[in-house]
Amino acid sequence: MPDPVTEPTKRPGGERERGAERGSPFVTRSADGDAGQGRRDREQREAIFELDDVTVRYAGVPAVRDVSFAIKEGDITALIGPSGCGKSTLIRCLNRMNDLIPSATVEGRVRYHQQDLYASDVDAVQVRKRIGMVFQKPNPFPKSIYDNIAFGPRVVGMDGDIDEIVERALRRGALWEEVKDRLKDNAYGMSGGQQQRLCIARCLAIEPDVILMDEPCSALDPISTGRIEDLMIELKKNYSIVIVTHNMQQAARVSDMTAFFTVELDEGEKHRTGRVVEYNETDKVFTNPDDQRTEAYVTGKVG
Amino acid sequence: MSVEATRPAVTLPKASGRERLRERSFRVLLIGCLVASVLMLGVLFFDVIRRGASEFDLQLLTSFPSINPAIAGLESALVGTLAIMAVCALFIVPVGVASAVYLEEFADRDRWYNRFIEVNIQNLAAVPSIVYGILGLAFLVHGPLSLGRVVLSGGLTLALLVLPVVIITGREAIRAVPPSIREGSMALGATQWQTIWKQVLPASIPGTATGVILALSRAIGETAPLILVATATFIAFNPTGPFSSFTALPLQILDWIRRPQDEFQVLAAAAILVLLVLLLSMNSVAIWLRNRYEQKW
Repeated sequence: MPDPVTEPTKRPGGERERGAERGSPFVTRSADGDAGQGRRDREQREAIFELDDVTVRYAGVPAVRDVSFAIKEGDITALIGPSGCGKSTLIRCLNRMNDLIPSATVEGRVRYHQQDLYASDVDAVQVRKRIGMVFQKPNPFPKSIYDNIAFGPRVVGMDGDIDEIVERALRRGALWEEVKDRLKDNAYGMSGGQQQRLCIARCLAIEPDVILMDEPCSALDPISTGRIEDLMIELKKNYSIVIVTHNMQQAARVSDMTAFFTVELDEGEKHRTGRVVEYNETDKVFTNPDDQRTEAYVTGKVG
Repeated sequence: MSVEATRPAVTLPKASGRERLRERSFRVLLIGCLVASVLMLGVLFFDVIRRGASEFDLQLLTSFPSINPAIAGLESALVGTLAIMAVCALFIVPVGVASAVYLEEFADRDRWYNRFIEVNIQNLAAVPSIVYGILGLAFLVHGPLSLGRVVLSGGLTLALLVLPVVIITGREAIRAVPPSIREGSMALGATQWQTIWKQVLPASIPGTATGVILALSRAIGETAPLILVATATFIAFNPTGPFSSFTALPLQILDWIRRPQDEFQVLAAAAILVLLVLLLSMNSVAIWLRNRYEQKW
């Protein structure tokens, strides 16, 4: 299946690439000779999200603009870049969480399994049942561990035994062994890392097919972070994952594809707008990026 | 050249005596203000106890008003007060919570009418209580509803009086529930209604309940509106339902204080004690609720 948003190859480092701050699109290289098995495999897979010139504005001011790329099923896709580059804004478009901000508007097209997510007849609540989300700061509900997991299945009206659903979700969230004897305890008594795994388990309980993670480890220590990364790699077998992260090592460790965002000032230098500079396989982004800005960022020269 | 040789000696300037004195006297002033207000309350309290203790007994609670001070009690006033408090609570909880939910979760602050409502709720909380009495008299006792001088009119008048307080505390309780809880809930595919009903409201119950109790404890001592909407003559029977005539503790106290005999002055002090006990226990429940169920986010 041809990738609908693949653009012609652009050579990195050229004058056009460095000078054209505004016009620089993301770079997707077409399959060439050195493409590995993963690449060929990825081309076979269906795109779960296709973004087409997506611009998100808050009260008319663009936070991120002209984003176009496709996210493939079964991948972990990382969105990286400096603060204020619109990564979080973009990921919140994918499950229509931006609808909750009255001033936010989304232009362009976001397709999920070929359906326009922002079509007028699409119900945002139904979208969020299919596309789970984990937030930056663990946000368990002030209820028992059991009720935290059971809330989702109950509100979406899932069939089946809630006890079983809770156990299955906690097992998938790699939390069952730690909490099976204290399911009735308040979730606020758990450690930060456990709370975040609870939030992941909570989102698995409603059986989404994609999980969006907005800096899921930024409030956690390295050991908890490691556990969550292991969990992500485990979950990849059954789910597609999109993760926003500030931690470049994390992106390099867990993701298959990486989109690198930068911040640009507009003409009046009043507003900061994010753009995608490069979208490529993670290995390539970190070892041989097409764009110099990507290289400068991932090697730590800037940012 | 060694580093030590070039480093100047470090001497910390001594604190001046004047500055120290100023700090100390400022602290004394603050404590003084606190002590003065608490002392005032204490003096009032002990004065009432001293005067009313001799009549503060079970007989006071289980007798009806009488022109004979020896057998007079305040049973009808106590039951009347509890009855109007019940009516008041039944009204302010749903209406107050619903208003608070609308203002916090739905109202678009860019719309002029929402800002208008917000400002006026603050204003209503400051309107003198006698105005509510006139309102109750004109709209509940007479006028459109013509309920008469009954428990329902009394309870509703007090409810209107304290409703702004309930709305304001309810809003604060709802606002204290962090947005991340709403996001977490919505991200799981819950509707806004489910999010409010199953996450936001349960999490805001302690704050709202505290507000309701404090509102009731304000209502219980209100006298002015009741002078207008309750029956002026003394009532020697307990209210039997929402459409029964009633009297209330503050009215009974007022009635006794107005009488010339010393015995009635003692009864009035004892009745004040009853009111104070009710009030303090309600406030204690509010404080307990707040401490027991306060959610730290």
